[in-house]
Amino acid sequence: MRSDRRMFLIGGTAVAAGLVVPWYLGQRAGPGGLPLAASRGAGLAPNAWVHVAPDNTVTVWLAKSEMGQGVYTALAQILGEELDVDPRKLRIEFAPVDAAYNSPFAPLQFTGGSMSINTSYEQLRMAGASARAMLVAAAAKRWGVAAATLRTHDGKVLGPDGSATYGELAIEAARRKPPRNVVLKDPANFRYIGRPLRRLDSDLKITGRARFGIDVIRPDMAHAALARSPVFGGRLRSFDDSGARAVPGVLDVKRVSAGVAVLATHTWAALQGRDALRIEWDEGAGAALSTDGLRTQYRALLQQQGVTAQDVGDVDAALGSGARAIDVEYELPFLAHACMEPLNCVAHVTAEGCEVWTGTQFQSPDRDAAAALLGMRPEQVQIHTQFLGGGFGRRANPQSDFVLEAVELAREAGRPVKITWTREDDMRAGWYRPFGLSRIRAAVDADGLPLAWHHTLATQPLLRGTLFAGFIPKDQPDPSIVEGAMHMPYAIANLRVSVHEAHSVVPVQWWRSVGHSHTAFAVNSAIDELAALGGRDPLSVRRVLLADKPRHLAVLNAAAQRAGWGRALEPGHFHGIALQESFGSIVAQVAEVSVKGGAVRVHRMTCAIDCGLAVNPAGVIAQMESAVVFGLTAALHGEIRIEAGRAVQSNFDDYPLLRIGQMPFVDTILVAGDGPMGGAGEPGVPPVAPAVCNAIFAATGKRIRRLPVTSSL
Amino acid sequence: MITLQINGERRELDADPAMPLLWALRDIAGLTGTKFGCGKALCGACTVHLDGAPVRACITPLAAAQGRSITTIEGLSPDGSHPVQLAWSELDVVQCGYCQSGQIMSAAALLATTPRPTDEDIDAAMSGNLCRCGTYQRIRAAIKRAAELAGPP
Repeated sequence: MRSDRRMFLIGGTAVAAGLVVPWYLGQRAGPGGLPLAASRGAGLAPNAWVHVAPDNTVTVWLAKSEMGQGVYTALAQILGEELDVDPRKLRIEFAPVDAAYNSPFAPLQFTGGSMSINTSYEQLRMAGASARAMLVAAAAKRWGVAAATLRTHDGKVLGPDGSATYGELAIEAARRKPPRNVVLKDPANFRYIGRPLRRLDSDLKITGRARFGIDVIRPDMAHAALARSPVFGGRLRSFDDSGARAVPGVLDVKRVSAGVAVLATHTWAALQGRDALRIEWDEGAGAALSTDGLRTQYRALLQQQGVTAQDVGDVDAALGSGARAIDVEYELPFLAHACMEPLNCVAHVTAEGCEVWTGTQFQSPDRDAAAALLGMRPEQVQIHTQFLGGGFGRRANPQSDFVLEAVELAREAGRPVKITWTREDDMRAGWYRPFGLSRIRAAVDADGLPLAWHHTLATQPLLRGTLFAGFIPKDQPDPSIVEGAMHMPYAIANLRVSVHEAHSVVPVQWWRSVGHSHTAFAVNSAIDELAALGGRDPLSVRRVLLADKPRHLAVLNAAAQRAGWGRALEPGHFHGIALQESFGSIVAQVAEVSVKGGAVRVHRMTCAIDCGLAVNPAGVIAQMESAVVFGLTAALHGEIRIEAGRAVQSNFDDYPLLRIGQMPFVDTILVAGDGPMGGAGEPGVPPVAPAVCNAIFAATGKRIRRLPVTSSL
Repeated sequence: MITLQINGERRELDADPAMPLLWALRDIAGLTGTKFGCGKALCGACTVHLDGAPVRACITPLAAAQGRSITTIEGLSPDGSHPVQLAWSELDVVQCGYCQSGQIMSAAALLATTPRPTDEDIDAAMSGNLCRCGTYQRIRAAIKRAAELAGPP
């Protein structure tokens, strides 16, 4: 895949007011685009995104997966704005997999990187504006007036002598050519973009009608459970399925690449059948692996030079100048995504093709992987995207693991199959946020301000070897490791970032906020350590280091002011602060924490974000609340520990999630910035752990250098 | 054969009496609004009402429902108009939504016995329902709002 970050930047740039934009994206609509449009029945279907039916039903197809982050609402707002239809009246469908829906960021149909809104913004505005222009042109022709004299309002074209609904005009509009140039609205006239809108998927989700992947039922479908190797990298040696076949409801037992599958008439029988399998595994070399062993290995790496990612000033001279210095290590554990909906997938393979029903973030990679497995053309594989009961990156698997298992089994079974993963299956399968270590050697000058900084990281890379490998700059470390450490906003005159890419048989994957979940913790903890060393206030040091960055400074100050930094708190309560720029947005958080007898209680999280234009401000606020809980679960409790090549944790008893009684009050401020649009799903996560641990330091004088907190206090 | 009422309708389910109610509801009765999350009563995603009381369907054997009445999210109200559902909508509680059937069933059961719950009541009643998206702040506010919508006790 070609690496081209500029495409993303273009996609993320706000379109100027009233700009006329030559438009082709999605209009030609890729190989399947025209058949797609044609398959949508009578009415106007000028591109892959929108259809106006004669009965006034206006449908929008979403190329992005809804996993809680709110694209179902915000993307509808964007299209509705330019089409001039109230988003609440749109019929919303998840798009099929088709090149028409590829991201401007990369020629893939996927959801990730907190870029659903900013990369869809122009596409959907143009799709809506193009359809609107055709409806207006049809009305102008019908009424014999100039198009320029007509206006639109909420699904109607308004003329001098009356109006026509979009539905009434749809057939005539469909006979017109899509415009070559599209005029976009002046943002000053926006009615929906930038205004809070309640979620459009709420009704489905409060009545049990929202269909998640795990809810899909196909005619003649078998339910399946898979026995997979308990050890990472292990292989099936032999198995005895006589007990499994004796379980009432069990239909068949199949050997597949990932292990042994039990097919049954319902999930319960499949699970009982699996329990009755007797399997011998060849555990392989992975059985020797442990978190403790990795720690020893990574700590040794941190004493070595590594690959230099960034080198500014003269770090060695500054560190050797006799200035007061720290030399500290931070450690972060493997973490499971633990989506509330365990992984699952329904597949049906016939001689003609393959259909997949699942909640995925990776439509085109999954399609391509399925086609390759089956020896089919990609067009023979269709993915029916369902609602995702959480994604957090897990449902964008670089090897399409949960999809390919189902496709392979469906081919063997000759009927539709649904594989349901148990919580234990899901939590023990790997694809974790990597275990990683950071070493930071840093010094302060005579004024107590940071003078030199050498950050060395050791962890597993995420992009290398995947279809995103093209995004790794030549001779540079994997960006997933250094993001947030390299080119960090804190200005330090002498700065070096070095990387050791480590490898293990534990499969690792992007986990909500990716490398930033590591680097924000190390960087913001060490900044606080330097503040303490220099006898300075953690906020004032940050202000000095961000003095040349007005957007960062504004976010930092907004959080600090709202939280009342420096003011007396309730007795026993202490503040900690952190800031991280990630996914194009800047987030600062102040944690208010108390520590009693080793128990940490987070009372309040004040959160400020500048994400540029917020299409749905209500959605951004919800994402900040979500990120705080996700980040706190990780900071306080989260750890997958590896022993003898196996994950020790398996369910919510030993991998606890934050519960309602532990929920702090989250107070979010949207800082209006005029920068490019950034993300919202991930940027709230990285500052949580360092803000909390900096508050713990303020409360106890103890530095937390290893997460989770429960393992350090 | 197990005979029971599901959402006010008499049903006969031909299934192993030891089968957890969760799988009987989802795979046999076709009611997929009740969710599987952990299988061990650790997350609450499968919460349904058994004769009005909240139970975790994933550890409740079908036999325990013999002759009794089950309410699932599909049967909480005919049209999403239960005060808890209205409050959930008004306060925009849901995110991914997967845990919300269980959250709503737990909240509805709480309000049925405790029409004016305190924060402590809410913590106690809702602590068994996990939400990975972190909607707890809104759940707390929505339960209080639902109490208002339900009118005086």
